[in-house]
Amino acid sequence: MSNSGNQTTHLKREILVRIIKAYLKDNFEENVRQIPYDMRPKGCEVPFRCCVYKERAIIKDRTIAGLGISIEDDDEKTLLSTYAQKALERTEPDKNALTVLEAACKGCVPSRVFVTNLCQGCVARPCLNSCNFGAVSIVDGKSIIDGAKCKGCMKCVKVCPYSAIVKIKVPCEDSCPVGAIAKDENGYAKIDFDECINCGKCVSACPFGAVHEKSQIIDVLKEIKSGKKVIAMMAPAIMGQLPCTAEQLHTAIKKTGFSEVYEVAQGADITTKNEAKDFVERMEAGAEFMTTSCCAGYNELVAKHLQEIKPYVSDTKTPLYYTAEIAKKEHPESVTVFFSPCVAKKKEAQLNPNVDYVINFEELGALFIAMKIEVSTCEDTAFNAEASKHGRNFALSGGVAKSVEVLMDEDMIFKAHAINGLSKETIRELKKYAKTGVCELGNLIEVMACEGGCIAGNATINSLKTAFKQVSAYGEKGKPITND
Amino acid sequence: MEKINVKVCLGTTCFVMGSSNLQELMDTVPAKYGDAVDVIGVPCLGLCSIDWEFSRAPYVKVDNDVVYEATVEKVLSAIERKLGNE
Repeated sequence: MSNSGNQTTHLKREILVRIIKAYLKDNFEENVRQIPYDMRPKGCEVPFRCCVYKERAIIKDRTIAGLGISIEDDDEKTLLSTYAQKALERTEPDKNALTVLEAACKGCVPSRVFVTNLCQGCVARPCLNSCNFGAVSIVDGKSIIDGAKCKGCMKCVKVCPYSAIVKIKVPCEDSCPVGAIAKDENGYAKIDFDECINCGKCVSACPFGAVHEKSQIIDVLKEIKSGKKVIAMMAPAIMGQLPCTAEQLHTAIKKTGFSEVYEVAQGADITTKNEAKDFVERMEAGAEFMTTSCCAGYNELVAKHLQEIKPYVSDTKTPLYYTAEIAKKEHPESVTVFFSPCVAKKKEAQLNPNVDYVINFEELGALFIAMKIEVSTCEDTAFNAEASKHGRNFALSGGVAKSVEVLMDEDMIFKAHAINGLSKETIRELKKYAKTGVCELGNLIEVMACEGGCIAGNATINSLKTAFKQVSAYGEKGKPITND
Repeated sequence: MEKINVKVCLGTTCFVMGSSNLQELMDTVPAKYGDAVDVIGVPCLGLCSIDWEFSRAPYVKVDNDVVYEATVEKVLSAIERKLGNE
């Protein structure tokens, strides 16, 4: 879950609501320009920063991201109204889906090993003796570390009998499984987009809320306003997000202006069937294992950092791919929007001409607030196609493998192994399987970038526990998947 | 002693603005206070519609006192105040 319940999440969502509200009224550009002043009016209390001006400057930056524009490109003198106009004029969303609010990075010191004042200046001095780089010295009876010499090996941290030496972490750097985000020489976090796999972990990890998704909400609202047929495709994880039924959510989404709503679980059923077939063929041809292919974060990891595992990745397309194909076939002139738990799907959408936009769950929530739609009082609207129980469970870690297992013949040897969350460690594990061609823990490796599955995506609203319960309960209402 | 009634608003606005995170109160409050405090999730309390104050959501009511921008900590200290412990 994305930092839910903390102040940065509240702030991000409030700004999204205000942007949408500004759009729904006349004079969008001027309304947007006023957002920082509406949120921090003259003479108001200053909740977080040093003064009201800094608060407004940061709200302005966050608003830029909400408009779908890179904060890094802001020259500070351009008015928010100009950015709002740019958002209205653009014909397609920006390529890179993430942006960093530099002003928020200042509060976070660079990662380093540091001796705290718990140092007792002991006689044994294991820190001094353990350091191979001569970085530790004793000043006034206490240890200090020379940052220029320290290689961050952590030996001194481990040997200190008082636990007086700590590694100061930078949460975004620490959370990134591929080393794509780091503080630059000025202390600002920068994302290397050639390395980034859009897993969204830095978005959830930063306690200052400095990493933002660039929203496509204005682009979607524009399409709806222009009178086009706009189709919503709901990721299976959405069923765990709000206290309502799936059918009520269907109605609520239609109230916001969408013409049709598809459950992506429908496409998940196709993924399951194709993946089961692919698995059987591979095993019969003598393969040791196969990995799943529905997590967008994992697919980008494979493309950018783990090419060697490519031969083991199922050729099956994602549930979104099949759902979008059906939607475009049934409604050729339509605009398709995927409702996503995470930022990774924005990248997948760019590569798929059938998916026009991606809106995350937070943005959908903001849309309901701005339009004053109370989801739990909406009537039920049934879906045109009924997805299976197993397709609905794709959002849960283990759910994809389980679906494939259900379609196996009894004599097929099937053992699932879950990579439940991408991290530096689990990526090493996957590398090992790719290198040796063997995975002793199972022959179907299900990879989910987020621990817990899609219900733990960076843009989710609900707590993991409740979301899990709700998604499972909704799954139970569906029929089991079958091969026909 | 009269029971304290805690109502956590689970309306769409409150839920999106953070009451999703307050659901843990349904487990932790009975465990801590037993029968002295009753905590339930309720449909929209209607507080966000007054002047459209969505930005102060999520709302929680502890008896008749309204907790604005509620967090677990804020609700617990409101309960403590009611119990006369603070």
